[in-house]
Amino acid sequence: MLSIKNLHASVEGTPILKGINLEVKAGEVHAIMGPNGSGKSTLASVLAGREEYEVTEGEVSFKSKDLLDLSPEDRAREGVFLAFQYPVEIPGVSSTNFLRTAVNQVREYRGLEPLDAVKFLSLMKEKMKLVEIDQKLLSRSLNEGFSGGEKKRNEIFQMAMLEPTLSILDETDSGLDIDALRIVSNGVNQLKSDNNATIVVTHYQRLLDYIVPDFVHVLYNGKIVKSGTKELAMELEEKGYDWIKEEADKATV
Amino acid sequence: MTTITKDNITDSLLATVHPNGNSEAAQVIRENGFPTTKHEEYKFTNITKRIESKIQSFQQAKPLGLTQQDVSKAMIKDLDADVVVFNNGQFSAELSSLGEGYAVTNVTNSEAPFSIKDLYDDSYLALNKASFEKGVFIQVPKNKVLDKPVLLLNLVKANDGQLITPKLWIDCAENTEAVFIEQTVSQDEQAYLLNGSVEIKTASNSHIHYYRVQNQNNEALEVNNLLTDIHRDSTFTSFVLSLEGDMIRNNVTLNLLDSGCEGNMYGLYLLGGKTHVDNHTNVDHTKPHSESNELYKGVLADTSRGVFNGKIFVREDAQKTNAFQQNNNILLSDEATINTKPQLEIWADDVKCSHGCTTGQLDEEALFYLQARGIDKKQGKALLLYAFAGDVLEHLKIEAFKEYCIDLVQKKLGTNF
Repeated sequence: MLSIKNLHASVEGTPILKGINLEVKAGEVHAIMGPNGSGKSTLASVLAGREEYEVTEGEVSFKSKDLLDLSPEDRAREGVFLAFQYPVEIPGVSSTNFLRTAVNQVREYRGLEPLDAVKFLSLMKEKMKLVEIDQKLLSRSLNEGFSGGEKKRNEIFQMAMLEPTLSILDETDSGLDIDALRIVSNGVNQLKSDNNATIVVTHYQRLLDYIVPDFVHVLYNGKIVKSGTKELAMELEEKGYDWIKEEADKATV
Repeated sequence: MTTITKDNITDSLLATVHPNGNSEAAQVIRENGFPTTKHEEYKFTNITKRIESKIQSFQQAKPLGLTQQDVSKAMIKDLDADVVVFNNGQFSAELSSLGEGYAVTNVTNSEAPFSIKDLYDDSYLALNKASFEKGVFIQVPKNKVLDKPVLLLNLVKANDGQLITPKLWIDCAENTEAVFIEQTVSQDEQAYLLNGSVEIKTASNSHIHYYRVQNQNNEALEVNNLLTDIHRDSTFTSFVLSLEGDMIRNNVTLNLLDSGCEGNMYGLYLLGGKTHVDNHTNVDHTKPHSESNELYKGVLADTSRGVFNGKIFVREDAQKTNAFQQNNNILLSDEATINTKPQLEIWADDVKCSHGCTTGQLDEEALFYLQARGIDKKQGKALLLYAFAGDVLEHLKIEAFKEYCIDLVQKKLGTNF
């Protein structure tokens, strides 16, 4: 589904990603871990098409299309979903209005009829249950005055509404208390199927107790320096990142 | 027809003064001439120079051979309104469809019903008063609540002359309520100078709204003066939506002459190309316990230019005044300009006054968020800009007119203007 080959990217001339290789197949959950500043969020942003990041080398194909060639909106319409680390507050735009525009633009791209108000509302009601989000929250301006947990739940709610094939969760767990974490993870798990895939970017092993990954990759200094199964995450939890850093630094010397 | 050079613009414009015209007004022009950028109130808006460069024929445009069909075509969709038609600036009783219970009369240049003091002795206002041909006087009698809004339709087109001079007086007696909507409909894209003025007097406890839309002709030059005397316990609300034009100057003056007055001024300008719109507002608090609210918002693209100047006077007697003013702008291009200036002059010592102005750019992070959800850039931009600007429209009273404005605004925001 997703194939990343030798991906290099930089911000304002500073290289951040220095040759990422990753294959993600339908039905899989990949966790990307790593110390702060290793390039985890950059990878997520590059995949979603954020303009500040310049891809200097390498390629990314998604469902056999050149992902890097697509605008951010077309990536979303093709089925890529980025749950933001810091969801943006947009005063004056109601969540409902925003989502209806988004869902219908995505449907139009996929050659489907737009949803009328009634169908849209019933879809919304059904998906709201997944993340236990309150209708009142959705009639307010998008993310405005939402608590951290509410913002993250809203991200997963949007994911449920847009039904992506590839979801990238960028530190969705950061700052969540255990109840919010449970609700968010539960939402993600219920959306998982054989036809879609998830990339979980996280700093904390704790999330992986709830969203169990098939593969764990450690990103350090812009490269994936170690890959394994969920046991690797346990090992990281126990020993920290220093041993990985040492190994990686030794290898480059 | 006079061909003018740089030196004789004042003479050329003065020559258009009506033979029976207001001599006091003509005197103002002779003394002051027409403003250049050296004039403090016209520092950023060199309309006199624009007139020099765009207007060749300094005489009043002749009335057009309009039919009822032209009027129907110019109507605002779904708006059920009485209609007062100005044919190239001149009141046309034949084309108007007036309502019951209030008077609409023709006014010739020698018989102005009243005159509201202009703090600035503006020469364009003076020119309007001295040179209009057929004005209109609307009188709303005591206790009358107009059941429909009054649509003031300016049907315009330059012909032998390029000057268009509509003139309107409105006198609202005690306990009246009325909404006036002014819409100019240009028949083509030729340049003209529309130099209009509206003077409104409200007796006590009346509730009057005056709305204006400027969305017609990108060659148009306009100077509009709206002056109001507002008496005890009355509310007056003005609104202007500016979308198209070459150069437009709007002066609004609210004189709150007694206690319990509420004056509201709202404006929205969405400008592209080379359009230049200048909103000068004045609110004068003279007695205790009055309130004014002002909200102007603008989005400026290309090389467009906006000017906002908001004066608030709070006189010594006007204790317990509440006065609020806000002007917010988004610039969409590096070449677009906004000059914004709040000016508060407060002599009373127990008042609440606040003002604020902001100028920013479109929030790129918010735009990316919308794109990341599948919303294309153009529509995402429109959504964000509407979220910024749309609240000004929330203050409009007539639903069909509000819908009309929302539609105009969304269409404009949906294009890459």
